[in-house]
Amino acid sequence: MMQKQSITQKLANPTRFMALSGTLLPWLAGIAVILIAYGLYRGWTAPPDYQQGETIRIMYIHVPSAWLGMMGYALIAVSSFGLLVFRHPLADVSAKAAAPIGAAFTMLALVTGSLWGKPMWGTYWVWDARLTSVLLLFFLYLGLIALRTSIEDESLASKLTAVLALVGVVILPFIKISVEGLSIPWLGLEIPAWNTLHQPSSVFRTDGPKIHASQLYPLLYSALGFTFLFFTLHMKGMRNEILRRRVKALRIAEVDRAREREAVAAAE
Amino acid sequence: MSPFFTLLRRDITLALREGGAIGTALGFYLIVIALLPLGLGPDLNLLSRIAPGLLWIALLLSALLSLGRMFETDFEDGSLELLAIGGMPLELVAAAKALAHWLTTGIPLALLAPVLGILLNLDIAAYGVLIATMLAGTPAISFIGAIGAALTLRARRGGLLLALLILPLYVPTLIYGISAISGALLATNAFWPSFLILSALSLGSLVLGPIAAAAALRIQMQ
Repeated sequence: MMQKQSITQKLANPTRFMALSGTLLPWLAGIAVILIAYGLYRGWTAPPDYQQGETIRIMYIHVPSAWLGMMGYALIAVSSFGLLVFRHPLADVSAKAAAPIGAAFTMLALVTGSLWGKPMWGTYWVWDARLTSVLLLFFLYLGLIALRTSIEDESLASKLTAVLALVGVVILPFIKISVEGLSIPWLGLEIPAWNTLHQPSSVFRTDGPKIHASQLYPLLYSALGFTFLFFTLHMKGMRNEILRRRVKALRIAEVDRAREREAVAAAE
Repeated sequence: MSPFFTLLRRDITLALREGGAIGTALGFYLIVIALLPLGLGPDLNLLSRIAPGLLWIALLLSALLSLGRMFETDFEDGSLELLAIGGMPLELVAAAKALAHWLTTGIPLALLAPVLGILLNLDIAAYGVLIATMLAGTPAISFIGAIGAALTLRARRGGLLLALLILPLYVPTLIYGISAISGALLATNAFWPSFLILSALSLGSLVLGPIAAAAALRIQMQ
């Protein structure tokens, strides 16, 4: 009796994935372009902030980047879990494709943040708690990429990188709490942030939770657009990786055939 | 004697008789601390203020030096495979090796730290706290380090890679180690909360480290 397959099981077949992603990709890319263009246009035409002036416009790239940097790591962790526990054939492709994209978005968040920091704080870099934890996230990405590239055996590299990603996802909350602090009032729990102990007196105002509608909507459009961009790049990266593996398999098969022909020729 | 303690004793004996392993880490620690005033200038007030941080960071780097060898020699001569097919779970093997690393590297480094504190004009009141936080924090260095040592076993340039993988994971230990010391020095009652979190991190790594390291070793020995 045929059992009904779930979507993830159906996608375990790379050929089916290639067909589906081939149809989806132009749509994803199109939606991403339209949303980002619209969000950035709205952001550019919105009135400047009364406190931050024109620099507020950096936010429309900075905030989505920071968000996607974190989402990318979550995606890698889920994919790694899928690889180690369910041995899903596409999970490893997904984890491998997501790492450079997530690292790039994290980097983008750091760069745009420091460009915003220069006019606002008077310096490109402040050892602010949130900046520091994003920087550490970037280091974790670098570790994943470096580990994968320095092990020759590909399937070994995939599994070891998956172990590292899961270790990272267990320790990441502790890194975040130790740097940014934690406050849960109803438990009476209060862990101070790292920089409150020896931060110089320059207390700066970060954006409060209240944000004006003229800034909020462009930000939402832009964030949604960048999310689509992330998945477009991720899907494209996965397709490239699958094709690369096929080419590699074909090459190995070609070498094997040539070796057989030689053996036959030598025997004759 | 249980296999765990046999393995632990073997690793400690190897580390002691082999020489070099402990001595190199201690020597490295000494040299890094001695170089710092040369780079920062001999201002004793400045050095005294940043001494806990310098001692902690140099300790992390010194401990990293010997981490790479945790599984390497056993992997090369095949004894790790014997241990893997033996009766003891691989998690316990990893735990024994990490514990041996802590006993032969973490504790000596922690005990050397106050001596080096003299070079940095560390406040005399901080000596006890410094040793306490280092003894409580170094298990995390060995047990999280075991994960890195296991992951980079078959990697090219394993040593450099190990530092890149593991140093970001030491951030919580470093932060709470330092904050316990500065809390005790400022007498703001900030010692105990930080110290307890530091100990909790070490205890947590006692569980996480061997499990993850064993998973990494198992993948490589299939």
